[in-house]
Amino acid sequence: MSERLLDIQKLSVTFGGLNALSDLDFHVDKGEIVSVIGPNGAGKTTFFNMISGMVTPTSGDILFKGESLLGLDPNQVTARGIARTFQNVRLFANMTILENVMVSQHCRTKQGIIGALFQTGGFKREEQEIREHGEKVLGFFGSRLVGYRLHQPASVLSYANRRRLEIARAMATMPEIILLDEPVAGMNPKESEELTGLIGKLRSEWGFTIVMIEHDMGVVRDVSDRVVVLDHGETIAQGSYDEVSTNPQVIEAYLGRPAEEAS
Amino acid sequence: MSETMNPTSEMAPARGALDQDWRKVVNWGLILALALIFVSLTDMPEKLDKRIIVEPLLSMGYLSLVWIPIALGNIVTREVVLEGMTQHKKGARELVAGLVVGAIGGLGLALLIWLLDTRDLSDPLVNWNDALLEVLTFGEGVGYGVLFWILVSAGLGAIGGAIHLLPKLATRLLLAISLTIVLAAALESALDDISEGFRLEWLFEALFEKKGGLSVQGAIILAVFATAWVLFLGGQASKGKAIVQAKREETPVAVNAIGLTLIAAGAILLPMFLGRLTNDLLTNVGLFLLLALGLNIVVGLAGILDLGYVAFFAVGGYTAAIMTSPSSPGLSPALPWWVAIFIVVFMAIVAGLFIGAPVIRMRGDYLAIVTLGFGEIIRLTVRSDWASGFTGGAQGILSIPGADIFGVVTVKGTDPQQVLYLVMAFVAIAIYVSWRLENSRIGRAWMAVREDESVAEAMGINTVNSKLQAFVVGAILASFSGAIFAAKVGSVFESSFKILVSIVILVIVIVGGMGRIAGVAAGALVLVGILGGPNQPGLLAEFSEFKLLIYGALLIWMMLKRPEGLIPNVRRSRELHQEEFLQDAWLKGQADDDDDGEATNGKVAPA
Repeated sequence: MSERLLDIQKLSVTFGGLNALSDLDFHVDKGEIVSVIGPNGAGKTTFFNMISGMVTPTSGDILFKGESLLGLDPNQVTARGIARTFQNVRLFANMTILENVMVSQHCRTKQGIIGALFQTGGFKREEQEIREHGEKVLGFFGSRLVGYRLHQPASVLSYANRRRLEIARAMATMPEIILLDEPVAGMNPKESEELTGLIGKLRSEWGFTIVMIEHDMGVVRDVSDRVVVLDHGETIAQGSYDEVSTNPQVIEAYLGRPAEEAS
Repeated sequence: MSETMNPTSEMAPARGALDQDWRKVVNWGLILALALIFVSLTDMPEKLDKRIIVEPLLSMGYLSLVWIPIALGNIVTREVVLEGMTQHKKGARELVAGLVVGAIGGLGLALLIWLLDTRDLSDPLVNWNDALLEVLTFGEGVGYGVLFWILVSAGLGAIGGAIHLLPKLATRLLLAISLTIVLAAALESALDDISEGFRLEWLFEALFEKKGGLSVQGAIILAVFATAWVLFLGGQASKGKAIVQAKREETPVAVNAIGLTLIAAGAILLPMFLGRLTNDLLTNVGLFLLLALGLNIVVGLAGILDLGYVAFFAVGGYTAAIMTSPSSPGLSPALPWWVAIFIVVFMAIVAGLFIGAPVIRMRGDYLAIVTLGFGEIIRLTVRSDWASGFTGGAQGILSIPGADIFGVVTVKGTDPQQVLYLVMAFVAIAIYVSWRLENSRIGRAWMAVREDESVAEAMGINTVNSKLQAFVVGAILASFSGAIFAAKVGSVFESSFKILVSIVILVIVIVGGMGRIAGVAAGALVLVGILGGPNQPGLLAEFSEFKLLIYGALLIWMMLKRPEGLIPNVRRSRELHQEEFLQDAWLKGQADDDDDGEATNGKVAPA
C-alpha cells in the first residue's frame, strides 16, 4: 500500500442540530484521484471546507501526513500543502491573471516590507521566481491564459477560463493535494472532456494528489481511482466507479426507492 | 473608457418649442428654486460678496447663485442618446425648457425676497436679515430685485439650454474661458505671492485690480489665453505628451530618469521663488498629502476602512512634542527632533499594533465603526487627567523648538520655506514606500485581501498579519505628518486631532482617486490647498465657513458622477465600469468568447 496522505477519522459536524456530516471515515493515498459524489445537500462542500480549515468539525480528526490539521487557520492548511478551488468561481476579479497566480504563492515565499523597500537582491530574485512559476502554471492550460492575457484582469475571462484559472491558482500554491470543487460545472461537453484530460495530467506530470467533487459522471468515470458516495452526511459506498455505480444504495440515493419497497 | 454612444449620421427634425415634457421641466424648475433659496439662506451670497471675481461685474457671492440656473437649464434638456434611439435636432425646444426652468427658479428667489421684506423668520433661520435682502436686491428695492432675478434667472436658464445648440468646439471654449477666469480669481492671493517671486508683478497688476478681483481687461486677457489654449496650444501639448509617452515605451528607464530629475529639480527650486503664503499653503497640502498617502495604503490597497486615522497623527504629534519640548510636563528629555523621530516611529508601531490587533479581525462596517471609536479614544485619553501629566491635557504642550535636522538646521514654522522642504522630503519617502509596496509580494496580498478575504485566506495568505502590516505602515506615515506638524506649529493641543481630520483625509483619498498616488496628490491640492484643511485656511479663506458644506456636496457629486475619483486608479475604475472595460476589450479583439479554440492573441479581429 502506498503512503497515506490524508486520513480522516470519524469526522462529524453539526450546524444547529443538523448533522451535515456524521462519522465520516475517509482516506487518500499519495498519487490517487478520488471523487466524492452524492446528491445535493449531501455534505460534499462542507467536507472540503472542513479539510481546508474554513469550518471547524464538531468531532473527529483530520490527519495530513500523520499530523492533525484541527485548529489550523485556512492559510496554515494551505501552507501545509492542501489547496482548493471553489464551486462558485471566486477569483480576485480585479487583479490580473498573472497576479492571481502570483499572489497565491504567498505562503511559499517570504520577502517582506524591508526587502521591497530596499529592493534587495533576495527580493528581486524571489519576484522573478514568483513570476516564472506563475507563468509556468498558467502555461499548463495552453495559450489560453498567457500572452497578452497575463496582464488582463481576471474579470474579462470567459466562464470556462475562469474555472481554469481557479485550478491554476490552486496549483500555484505548490500543494500536495488539490481539492477540486466541481471543476467542470457549467462547461460544455468538449471543454469538460479536455479538462478531464488535464486532471489526469495534474497527477502524471505535476505529481498532485487529487480529491474532486463532481456531478458529471462521465468525468468521474474517466479519471477516478476511487469513488466515495455521500448522502445525508454519511458515507454510503466507496470503491471503484463500477462497484459504486451498481451499488443499490447509491442508486436509491440518487433515484429514490422503488414505490413497492417504500410502502 | 469609451463612450457607449454611436454617432448617428441622420437626425430627426427638431421638435416644436412647446412640445415639452412639462412635468420634467416644472420639476427641475422647483429644484432650481429650492437650490437658490437654500444657497441664499446659507448666506453665501452675502459672505462671499467681498470676494471679487471680475471687478465690478461679478463676485463669488453672486457666482454662488448664478451658476445654478445655467447648470440646471442645461441638465433639463440633456438627453442620453443610446444606439437605436431617435435623436432630434436641437432647437427652440431646448431654449424654452431652459427659460421656463430658470423663470420658475427666479420666482422662487423672488418669493424669498418678498418674504425677507415682509416677514421675520430670523429665529430658526439665522441668516434671515436685512443684509441678505440688501445683497439680493442690490439695494434698489424689492420690486427691482424681484424683477431682476426672474428675468436674469430665466435668461441664464435659457443660456444653459442654448449650450446644447452650440457646436462642440464652442462649448469647450466657453467652458475653458469660464474655468480659467474663476480659477484665476480663486488663486488670486497665491498668484500675487508667486508673481513676486518670479518678478512678474507687472503681469499680476495687468490682470488684477488693486483692491482685489480681476479687472475687465485681465478677464479679457485670460479669455484670449484660454481660447488660444483650446484652439492651438492644447493640441500641441497633447502631441508633446504623446511623443514623450512613445519614447517612454521605447526606453522607459531613461525617460523616467529624466522625468524624475525634472520633478526633483522643480521641487527643490520652486519653494525659493514662492512667497510665504504659498509656501505655507503647500506645507499644509504636504502634511495632508502625507496623511492621505498613508491612509491610501490602508484603505486603497488593503481595503481596511479606517475612520480613526487621526489617532496616528496625534500619536506622532504628541510623541514629537513630548520628546523635543523643554517645557513638556512629566517627561521632558528635550531631544533633538531627528532623534525623536525614531521614537515617533516606535510609538506609531506600538499604537498601530495596539489599535490594530483587536480591530483587524472585524470586517466591513463593524471595523469602520470601531476605528472611529479608537480615533476618539486616543484624543480623549490625551486630554484626560490621567494622561495630562505627560500631555498637558487641554493646555497642550508649548514651545516645541522646531525640527532639528542632525544639528545642521532647525526647521521652524516661522520659515515656511524650510518646513516645505522637510514636508516634501517625507512626502517623497511616502510615495516611494507606497510605490514599492504596491508592486511587491505584500502589496499583492493586500489587494487579494481587499478583493475577497476568505479566498485570500484559503490561498495561503495570513490575512490578519497582512492587514496588521498595512495598518502599521499607515500609522508610521501618519506619525511623520504629526511630528512635522508639531515642529511647524510649535505647540500641540488635543483640539487639533478631532474626528474631522480623519474625515477630511478620507475625503481627500476618495475625491482624488483611491489607490493612485497622483490622484491622492490632486485631492490634497484641491481640498486642502483651495478649500482649506480642518483648521487650516486655504486659498479661498472666505469659504472656510462653508467648507464642510462644500466637502459634502463635492463628495456626493463625486460618488454619483465619478466614483473612481479625479485621477483614478486603473484597477478601481475597471471595477466600477466593468461593462465599458469589457466592451473595450471586445473592440481590441481581446474578448474572451472563444471557449472552443485557443486564445486569438489579439491578432484576429472579431467578426
